[in-house]
Amino acid sequence: MKTGKGARAGQYLALLAYLVFLAFPFLWLLSTAFKPPRELGSLHPTWIPEDPTLANFRQAFDEQPLLDAAFNSLIAALGAAVIAVLIATPMAFVMARHRTRLAKAATGWVVVSQAFPFVLVIIPLFLVLKNLRLINSVPGLIMVYVVWALPFALWMLVGYVRAVPTELEEAAAVDGAGRVRTLVSITAPLLAPGIVATGLFAFISAWNEFFFALVLLKTPEKQTLPVVLTHFLGAEGVADLGPLAAAAFLATLPSLVVFAIIQKRITGGMLAGAVKS
Amino acid sequence: MTLATARKRSTKRSMKRSTKRSTKRAPGVGGAGGRPVDHGAWFLVLPALIPILVLSVGPLLYGIALAFTDSQSGRTEPTQWIGTLNFQDLLHDTLFWDSFRIGLLWAVGVTVPQFLLALGLALLLNENLRFRPLARALAIIPWAMPEVVVGIMWRLVYNPDAGILNETIRDLGLGEGRNWLSSLATALPAVIVVGVWAGMPQTTVALLAGLQNTPRELHEAAAMDGAGAWRRFRTVTWPALKPVALAITALNFIWNFNSFALVYVLTNGGPGGRTRLPMLFAYEEAFRYGQFGYAAAMGCVMVAVISVILACYLVGRLKAGEDA
Repeated sequence: MKTGKGARAGQYLALLAYLVFLAFPFLWLLSTAFKPPRELGSLHPTWIPEDPTLANFRQAFDEQPLLDAAFNSLIAALGAAVIAVLIATPMAFVMARHRTRLAKAATGWVVVSQAFPFVLVIIPLFLVLKNLRLINSVPGLIMVYVVWALPFALWMLVGYVRAVPTELEEAAAVDGAGRVRTLVSITAPLLAPGIVATGLFAFISAWNEFFFALVLLKTPEKQTLPVVLTHFLGAEGVADLGPLAAAAFLATLPSLVVFAIIQKRITGGMLAGAVKS
Repeated sequence: MTLATARKRSTKRSMKRSTKRSTKRAPGVGGAGGRPVDHGAWFLVLPALIPILVLSVGPLLYGIALAFTDSQSGRTEPTQWIGTLNFQDLLHDTLFWDSFRIGLLWAVGVTVPQFLLALGLALLLNENLRFRPLARALAIIPWAMPEVVVGIMWRLVYNPDAGILNETIRDLGLGEGRNWLSSLATALPAVIVVGVWAGMPQTTVALLAGLQNTPRELHEAAAMDGAGAWRRFRTVTWPALKPVALAITALNFIWNFNSFALVYVLTNGGPGGRTRLPMLFAYEEAFRYGQFGYAAAMGCVMVAVISVILACYLVGRLKAGEDA
C-alpha cells in the first residue's frame, strides 16, 4: 500500500512517542537503581547517574530476605505452571474436539471466572486453606495459582489444539487407539511448543501475582517477591529509593527473560483464541 | 442495632434450613444430563474439573453464602445467618458507595484511553514500518512486569523531589511541580495514567491480532477507488475489528474495576480515600477489620454490577457473530 512521505514521517514520529511513553518509567527505574544516596537526595536528578554504584543492590539484599523470597516465588511459579499445564492440556483437548455440554460449561466458566472480584473468592479460600492448615504455606499458594491460571491456559491451549489437524487423530482412532492414547502419543507432541508457551505464561503470571500472596502468606520467610518488595515502601514518602529500585529491577528480570522467549507465541495464542468461531 | 439483632435471630432458623437444602442440590457435576461422554473423555477432564469445582466454583458459592452471615475473623461464637442485613447496612454505607463511584471513574478513565491509545499503536504496528519487530517487542514489555514493580516504578517517576516528572517540569520552567500522588486533586488522575500504561500492551496485542484478520484485498480495492485513510478505516478495518474491540474493552473494564495491586502500591487508597477502589475497600474490610461477611456482601454487589456489563458484552458478541 502506498503511503505519502509526510504521512510516513508522521507514523515514525508517533511510534517513537509511544515507545518513549512505554519505556521511560523503566529507564528511570534503572537509573534510580544505580544512583548513590547523594544523587537521590539531589533536587536535580539526572537520567544518567553521575557516579553509578552497586551499593543499592547490596543494601537491598541486606534489608530484606530477597533470596528467600525469590526461592519462594520460583517454587510457587514453577509448581503452578507445571500443574496447570498438566491438567489443562487434556481438558483443552476435550473442549476443542468434543462439543459436549461439559465443554460448553467449561468455556462458560473460562469467561465468567474473569468477572469474579477476587475478594469474593479469597475470603472462602482463606477460610478453607486455614482449616487445611495450608495458610502461610507455598503449597497452599500453588493450589490457588493453578486454578487462577487455568482460564487463560485453557483459552490458549484450545486454540493450539484446534490448529492441529484432526486427520492424524482420526487415523490413530482407526488403528484402535483410545482418547487418552491419541492425546499422549499423537496430539501432545504436536502441541509441545504451545504447551511450553502456555506453561511459561502461567509461570510469569504466578511470578508477578500479588493479591493472593499478600492475603495467604503472613510471615516474611514464606512470602514471595512482590510481597517482600512492598516492605521496602515503609511509611508514606520515607521509602529508601535506591534499594527499592534495585530490588524491583531484579524481581522483574526473570519475567522479562521468559517473556522475551515466548513473546511471539503469546501473540499467536491470542490470535488463535480471537479467530475461533 | 437491637432491632437488627432481633431480626437476625428470627430469620436465622429458616435461613439455615433453606440453604442446607440448596447446597445439597448445588454441587452436582455439570453436564451429567448431557450427551453420554465416554470414559476416556471423563478421564481427561477430571484432573482439571476437580480443582475448578473445589477451588473456584465452590469458593464462589461459599463466598456468596458468606455475604448472608455475620462471619468474622478470630471469633469464638459460631457464625450465624443474618439474612440480607449486610446488604441493608451496605446500602447506607456512604464510604462504600464513594469507593464504588471511584471504582467506576477509574475503570472508565482507564479503559477508554487505554483502548484509544492501544488502537493507535496497533494500527502503527500493523503498518509496514522499519524496526517493526523491535517496536512490537518493546511495546509489550510492560505486560511482563509485576504490577507491584509497575507501581514502584511510577512512584519513582512521581516522586516530588527525586522524580523525573517534577524535574522535567522544573527544566521546562513550568513551575515547581507537585506531590502528584498525595494531593487530593491529582491523585486519581495520576493513578489512572499508570493504569492506562500498564494495560496498554495487552490491549494492543489483542487489537493487532484482530487487525491481521481484516481482509487485505478489500483494503487495497478501497484504496484504488480513492478512499482516504479515515474512510478505509471506517468502512473496511473497523467492521472487521469490532468484535475483538468489543471483547477486549469489556474484559478491560472488568479487569480494571477489580484491580488491586497497582493502586495498593501507588497510594494504598489515599489521600483521604480519593483512590480507594472497591477492591481495596473490601480487602481492608476483610483482612484488616476481619469483617468477612460484610466484605463478601461487597463482593456480591461488585459481581452484580459486573454481571450486567458481562451480559451486554455477551449479547454484543453474539450479535457480532450473527453479522459475520
